[in-house]
Amino acid sequence: MEISEIIQILLYIALLVMLTPVLGRFMTKVYMGKGHFMKPVLGWLEKFTYRLCSVDVQQEMDWKKYVSGLLIFNLFGFVIVFFLQLFQNQLPLNPQHLPNPSWHLSLNTAVSFMTNTNWQSYSGETTLSYLVQMLGLTVQNFVSAGTGMAVLLAVIRGLTAKTTKMLGNFWVDLTRSVLYILLPLSIIFSIVLVGQGVVQNFSHYTGSVTLEGATQVIPGGPAASQIAIKQLGTNGGGFFGTNSAHPFENPTPVSNFLEMLAILLIPAALTFTYGRFAGSNKQGWTLFIVMLILFTAGLMISLKSEFSMNPVFKTASNMEGKETRLGIANSVLWSVATTDASNGSVNAMEDSMTPLTGLIGMFNLMLGEIIFGGVGSGLYGMVVFIILTVFIAGLMVGRTPEYLGKRIEAFEVQMAILAVLAPCLIILVFSAIAVSTQQGLSGLSNSGPHGLSQILYAFSSGAGNNGSAFAGLSTNTVFYNLMLALAMLVGRFGVIIPVMAIAGNMSMKKITPPSSGTFRTDNWLFGILLIAVILIVGGLTFFPALALGPITEHFLMIGGISY
Amino acid sequence: MTNKNKIFTKSLVIKAVKAALLKLNPKTLIKNPVIFIVAIGAFITTFIFFTDLFGGQAASFDFQIAIWLWFTVLFANFSEAIAEGRGKAQAESLRKNRSETVANRLINGKIEVVSATLLRKGDIVVCDSGDLIPADGDVVEGIASVDESAITGESAPVIRESGGDRSAVTGGTKVISDRIVVKITSEPGDTFLDRMIMLVEGAKRQKTPNEIALTILLSGLTIIFLLAIVTLPTFFQYSLDASGNTSAHNLSLPVLISLLVCLIPTTIGGLLSAIGISGMDRLLRKNVIATSGKAIEAAGDVDVLLLDKTGTITLGNRMAVEFIPADGISEESLADAAQLSSLADETPEGRSIVILAKELYNIRGRQIHENASTFIPFTAQSRMSGVDIESHDGTLRRIRKGSTDSIKKFVENNNGFFPKKMTEVINNLARQGATPLVVADNDKVLGVIHLKDIVKGGIRQRFAQLRSMGIRTIMITGDNPLTAAAIAAEAGVDDFLAEAMPEDKLARIRKEQSLGHLVGMIGDGTNDAPALAQADVGIAMNTGTQAAREAGNMVDLDSNPTKLIEVVETGKQLLMTRGALTTFSIANDVAKYFAIIPAIASILYANKFGLGPLNALNIMHLSSPESAILSAVIFNALIIILLIPLAMKGVKYRPLPANSILLRNLLVYGLGGIITPFIGIKIIDLFLKLIS
Repeated sequence: MEISEIIQILLYIALLVMLTPVLGRFMTKVYMGKGHFMKPVLGWLEKFTYRLCSVDVQQEMDWKKYVSGLLIFNLFGFVIVFFLQLFQNQLPLNPQHLPNPSWHLSLNTAVSFMTNTNWQSYSGETTLSYLVQMLGLTVQNFVSAGTGMAVLLAVIRGLTAKTTKMLGNFWVDLTRSVLYILLPLSIIFSIVLVGQGVVQNFSHYTGSVTLEGATQVIPGGPAASQIAIKQLGTNGGGFFGTNSAHPFENPTPVSNFLEMLAILLIPAALTFTYGRFAGSNKQGWTLFIVMLILFTAGLMISLKSEFSMNPVFKTASNMEGKETRLGIANSVLWSVATTDASNGSVNAMEDSMTPLTGLIGMFNLMLGEIIFGGVGSGLYGMVVFIILTVFIAGLMVGRTPEYLGKRIEAFEVQMAILAVLAPCLIILVFSAIAVSTQQGLSGLSNSGPHGLSQILYAFSSGAGNNGSAFAGLSTNTVFYNLMLALAMLVGRFGVIIPVMAIAGNMSMKKITPPSSGTFRTDNWLFGILLIAVILIVGGLTFFPALALGPITEHFLMIGGISY
Repeated sequence: MTNKNKIFTKSLVIKAVKAALLKLNPKTLIKNPVIFIVAIGAFITTFIFFTDLFGGQAASFDFQIAIWLWFTVLFANFSEAIAEGRGKAQAESLRKNRSETVANRLINGKIEVVSATLLRKGDIVVCDSGDLIPADGDVVEGIASVDESAITGESAPVIRESGGDRSAVTGGTKVISDRIVVKITSEPGDTFLDRMIMLVEGAKRQKTPNEIALTILLSGLTIIFLLAIVTLPTFFQYSLDASGNTSAHNLSLPVLISLLVCLIPTTIGGLLSAIGISGMDRLLRKNVIATSGKAIEAAGDVDVLLLDKTGTITLGNRMAVEFIPADGISEESLADAAQLSSLADETPEGRSIVILAKELYNIRGRQIHENASTFIPFTAQSRMSGVDIESHDGTLRRIRKGSTDSIKKFVENNNGFFPKKMTEVINNLARQGATPLVVADNDKVLGVIHLKDIVKGGIRQRFAQLRSMGIRTIMITGDNPLTAAAIAAEAGVDDFLAEAMPEDKLARIRKEQSLGHLVGMIGDGTNDAPALAQADVGIAMNTGTQAAREAGNMVDLDSNPTKLIEVVETGKQLLMTRGALTTFSIANDVAKYFAIIPAIASILYANKFGLGPLNALNIMHLSSPESAILSAVIFNALIIILLIPLAMKGVKYRPLPANSILLRNLLVYGLGGIITPFIGIKIIDLFLKLIS
């Protein structure tokens, strides 16, 4: 590893730490409905939106109303993206006259973007028209991220409210998330990206002849605007099939650095907002540090693995599947960030990483993407682990466990278990089906433990709403399209609904004032406990499967055998 | 109550073993989902062993696994049975006291002898000395000393009298002297003794809220591990195919079941009900009966304690500590007069005055008959007491001691006056939390006796401990705010409620609860009943009224107000024990994975030496795959037995802030939980190797 690479990683972490309170404070103001500097600029648009949709800002919702609003809204988004694809050839802005994709691919893609997964069974430039990309996918990039943020907000309110049933208004939370946070950040970011050379046009693809005499098609399109939100909104669905490895998506070292930073920016800042709502910055920072420690640990293991002597290739730097422009450290940093967050964008082939890097990525997905995680979804996923930690360890101080002064009782435990169980069930059972059926196995491009890793990774990515792929698994089949669509749905709503139920139940509880007999959740001891519970509960569930996949592969590689 | 502290006595163990076998009934087992899963696993493994046996290829491995799985179930049953057994033994001794008694029922002034079981609520019975009181009731007439050792274990008889706060009598206790008339307050089968028997037997034991939540967590973890194990054969088959090892078989069912049983939280699952039962049992050993397990849990959560000043914070009685004479009076003559006025005063205050005078000036208690003297007892109207002494010259000395107001009236009636300086002294004393007692001789005020509330030794440290645990103490007293503040400061309570009326207590509890606090209190009188009912933990004293005992959710048989603090500690200990064993149980899984995963995967992608890559995970260097799996299963079963004493006694309790307790428990049960099985499994593996 070179010194410049180390400096870059340190710079990345330092910027993340510095930007967290800045953006976090701004988001607090936005969500609390207080005055902030964007209000004079976009306030009229907010009001206009409410009038247009006849939203009553004052009307608060209980958790069931909030969830049903959210479900209806998501269903509506799904229907639009689904039909836009089915009829793209009959619709405008399709200069390449791309044909209509199959129903199962359309279904998979529509679910994928609605659930903030952005799993791509399609390849952007050869499958979807500009209209679908802009009106379908980019819009979902915004609102699926906004949905995640709204859910988090309702959860925060539930955890901090004093004996009320009301968790806020879904439409207001969604509008504010998109209008004041995602939109301005994306506009600024896409302009910066255009400045770095990311394409943004409506042109036909250009044909050219290379020096060697081969013909080449150079694609174009409104890429920069989609890439900004795909990074910021932890969406990850690239404009082009090879995602951010493509020079038009990610042309320079600066664009690469910024795109990486954008992955974790909002999820990290939300921890600060969380602390603010909880009335103690320490609560937020504790979660931030827990996430940062898990992030750094994963990064170190991956870097160590990629830079170690590889007995198969007899080299100490594994360049297979990486962009020579970007190098190893940048590819690994991206890989860890994108799997920690539910982003899923890539700038290198996960498939070609060493087994341990693949293991870290897969493990990040299996934990449910809570290390920073998706915008909103990362933190509300973390809340589930917090509740489990508080319940298990909180008993040890001799009181009924409490979080933020509210008691954790049977209902909360039940819902938290459900939220952990739903994605686990999908990952394990669907992978089991895939490795035992012809349809499942036929998609594999590698044999041995690596093949198992490909399948495990695919369903972990789907259930975790990540969207990155181990590549190498051909998933545009009826089998995988439908299985993965179901995985994405359960992974998204199988967590949102129980978490919202927790919020709804917690909101009605009394708050016990803290004392020295209170189990504290804002200090290093709790941080260590939370990490331990995440690793043990997450690890124990998937250890057998992981042992037969990447762990076996790792030991085989040390023995000089690769797959 | 018998105070046996040994957990395993021979007879108890024999009974518990029998009960453990009886609990194999599926209907009983299903109440504990984790152990039920183990039982199913044991059944399947046994079935496989027998089918193989008849097929002529019995595997001793399967047999051993089956045996140890059954042991796991039995050990869990045994832990519950032994906890219940201790309660049953106590119930047995209680039941002996409930032997058929006869009652003298009073109907229209006539006494008729009926069986106690025929008594109904509202009946009137007469109990003479030597009679067993037939059922719970209130004394409506008379006063008697009663032997309550049957329920309290305390051999000294107690006084029970009509009216007031000592009117409740309990069925099964014995009248020792005198005769009382009792109005029955309970229906047959629902007496205090009956309920106590049911509680200690655990017959009516319901899962507490926290226990339910924990059971859900454990069931959830069980389902997650079930998923991990059920899907494992598919991944395994894929790996077998991929490694070209087609001759090898997929994982056998007994191996999968072993892995599952090792991973699901059997330790805490097996010990959970034993922890709950023994929590109640521990409380009972402190002579406190909780009407439900829920109340014990709530006791752990209490963060505000309402404590009566008298008896809890101060010794019951005030003591004279100083004589402060008026101008022109010597201290000695004041002491002399004070002693004279108190010679016939049998109250503790009066006695303390006599003693103080003797200590300070060596004034002896004189024979009162020597002088022609008349004692004036204390009455509520006069609010003073004293003595009239006719001296040899025929003058009459009228010495009085009493409250400021009454003495002022006394001297003014005798044409004297109340000196200004005395008023100052009196106010000063009140500010210090003391009670001034003014002494007068005819028209002259002699001075003031300083009566002081004596704060119990060690109570200040106790409150400091409670504060560090996050528990706030509020002193309840009928004193005026000035006095109350001084005592509160001396005792180190956090807050006080002065001139408290019963309804003030209730209001204060409601206020604290509305702020999110959980309140515990102890009380005895009928007028305490509403507050006892309102409090999250209300402990009624056994000497108290029936109303108070009905209203509270615990009864303290010793009637010791300090007991509240011990109850809180027991509640906390119960919750801690659950948390500690849950943490231990989950942490154990790490080692079990390192034992079993390399064992089952050793054949995958094997090299020419027959070693697969996952052997690298065999960091314990267990001798063989079979031995590794067996060792993990055996460890899993034995740890339940080894932890029974801990479950029964509870984890060690220390009055410390939450953070220190957590850190300590985490090191012991979290870190310990990770390390212990590595050592345990290795030892078992070595042992198995040795005997084979």
